[in-house]
Amino acid sequence: MPGPSRSSDPGRAFFIALPLPVEAAAPAVRRPGYLAMPSTFAFRILRTLGMFVLSLFVLLALTFVIGRIMPHDPVGLIVGELADAQAFAAMRAKLGLDLPIPQQFWIYLQGILHGDFGNAVLTGTPVLQDLAQAFPATLELATLAILLSAGIGVPVGLLAALYRDSIVDQVVRVLSLLGHSLPVFWFAILGLIVFYGQLQWSPGPGRIDAFYEGIVPTRTGLLLVDSLLAGDSEVFWNAFGHLIMPAIILAYTSMAYIVRMTRSFALEQLGQDYILTARAKGLRLRRVVVRHILPNIAVQLITILAISYGGLLEGAVLIEIVFSWPGIGQYMTNALLIGDMNAVVACTLLIGIVFMALNFLADLAYVALDPRTRSGE
Amino acid sequence: MTADNTMAGPIAVSQPEPGIWRERLLRIVDEPLGLAGLLVLCLFATVAVLAPILAPYDPTVQDLGNIMQAPGAAHWAGTDELGRDILSRLIWGTRITFRTILTVALIIGPLGLVIGVISGYCGGKVDTVLMRFTDIVLSFPSLVLALSFAAALGAGLGTAIIAISLTSWPSIARLARAETLTVRRAEYVAAARLYGASHLRLIFLYIMPMCIPSVIVRLTLAMASVILTAAGLGFLGLGAQPPSPEWGAMISSGRKYMLDAWWIAVMPGIAILTVSLAFNLLGDTLRDILDPRHAR
Repeated sequence: MPGPSRSSDPGRAFFIALPLPVEAAAPAVRRPGYLAMPSTFAFRILRTLGMFVLSLFVLLALTFVIGRIMPHDPVGLIVGELADAQAFAAMRAKLGLDLPIPQQFWIYLQGILHGDFGNAVLTGTPVLQDLAQAFPATLELATLAILLSAGIGVPVGLLAALYRDSIVDQVVRVLSLLGHSLPVFWFAILGLIVFYGQLQWSPGPGRIDAFYEGIVPTRTGLLLVDSLLAGDSEVFWNAFGHLIMPAIILAYTSMAYIVRMTRSFALEQLGQDYILTARAKGLRLRRVVVRHILPNIAVQLITILAISYGGLLEGAVLIEIVFSWPGIGQYMTNALLIGDMNAVVACTLLIGIVFMALNFLADLAYVALDPRTRSGE
Repeated sequence: MTADNTMAGPIAVSQPEPGIWRERLLRIVDEPLGLAGLLVLCLFATVAVLAPILAPYDPTVQDLGNIMQAPGAAHWAGTDELGRDILSRLIWGTRITFRTILTVALIIGPLGLVIGVISGYCGGKVDTVLMRFTDIVLSFPSLVLALSFAAALGAGLGTAIIAISLTSWPSIARLARAETLTVRRAEYVAAARLYGASHLRLIFLYIMPMCIPSVIVRLTLAMASVILTAAGLGFLGLGAQPPSPEWGAMISSGRKYMLDAWWIAVMPGIAILTVSLAFNLLGDTLRDILDPRHAR
């Protein structure tokens, strides 16, 4: 119940308590590890790390549950409906389904730590191998998309803040709300209908024309990088042509968020006295933006961009199927449709881990780069 | 969570007059975009209620002699690959959309509110545990998680609703907690406590009602993305099943014919976009009106 609760922020409690030996004794005895911590800064980093590990654990537990509540009985799928009870029991034992749940979870964890996600029903190969093949395609798509949405979104957000309530601001507001409201898979179909079907400006679905497939050796799995490494500009431009429309479409949906957040961060700074001072001493607006506003909102922007990047990996799931893009999204969708839970769980884990790792890095950047957190305020 | 968890003395926040919300809500009339959003939503709600009267054709009856007709006088939005009238399917589809968002709102609204208010009111370890859990769920990729939940539970509208709800309550909980932290230090709460009001009474009668307006605003904004997630699940075949006229599923079936009969895939998308945009416009405006701190 409500009352003084210093324990909710042990780091703070410790440092407040440090000069007072009587109070310091309590947390120090209970958690001796804190004594070794040199500063709040390190503590915050460790706490962020702890939170990340905890989230990972919960994600693993969730995917374990998801894998266990599958609609079809995996034993029945393997031995067939007509098998006798003995065959059923034998297969259950072989799959480890007769063990206590905690033990099953432990085995599941061990498998994942060893990179063993089981075999995919569709391809028959280990899921990890499939993922390793599909992930670079998604990564390439999401990376170009984040570059586009950051490269356009941040300046546009700054503009909207500088010309607040002007017509520019209103147009930006509507456009970004529109991007926020678009079903991305539908927008992708629309893009294909217009730019591929009607105008024929864009190549069709797929990652590269069939003619160029397999020409450059796979090194990174990222076609743009591989073709550059092989010095084959023709393949590069073909792959780039295929990549650009899905990337723009994906970028637009996350740009909405980036624009809105940049705008509100910049507005916050514009209201501060130091900006007034800078303007009063005659600094040009552009210089104020570049020298004062941007450095001050950089940390917040990094956080937003990391979150958006994770969101793009997720958004890719929905548009890959439209563009026949051979990435994680398409792989996962196909697995969903045939109820291949090994593959579904592995995809969820992979996207989840990348997503959370990006969040974690953003938090870390926040702690590391923001002088206010460093001074332990 | 660096928020102040100590019970400081009461602050001078008096309970607003009951009429203040009405007064603030009426300001929406001066906001053309927000008003447009509200009107569009009212229109769609009316269409959902009056679907049997408004729909010119039966949404599931196939007319194989009339497949893939372009939009025209007989079929305003054209017909699909089975000769069904797309407009009628869209009209019936509003019911599915509204059922989805209302159910999700009824699940995540109270759930987020209760978790947030209890967390903010109790403080201490309860707060730490609840908010850590909220943060963890918040850090998950919600769409992918909803996808795999829906896949595990079996495709269908019900599981889609559960899957979406499971991943979308944390933002509501965070907001309710933040509101509670302010409200619980108000003078009227301190007065009620002095009179001997129990914790439950304080939570449910004194604090929770104060959090409801901002929770509703956040719900409005959340609905925009709920619609998109639901449509995404339907598009991937994990939402409402055929022949039900779910908008996302309609786009999915139209995708195969997109180059020959664009309207099959395009029309449902316009409906999704319109409703989602309306929720965003309304939510955005409400937030500006009700929360003066959030300068637009």
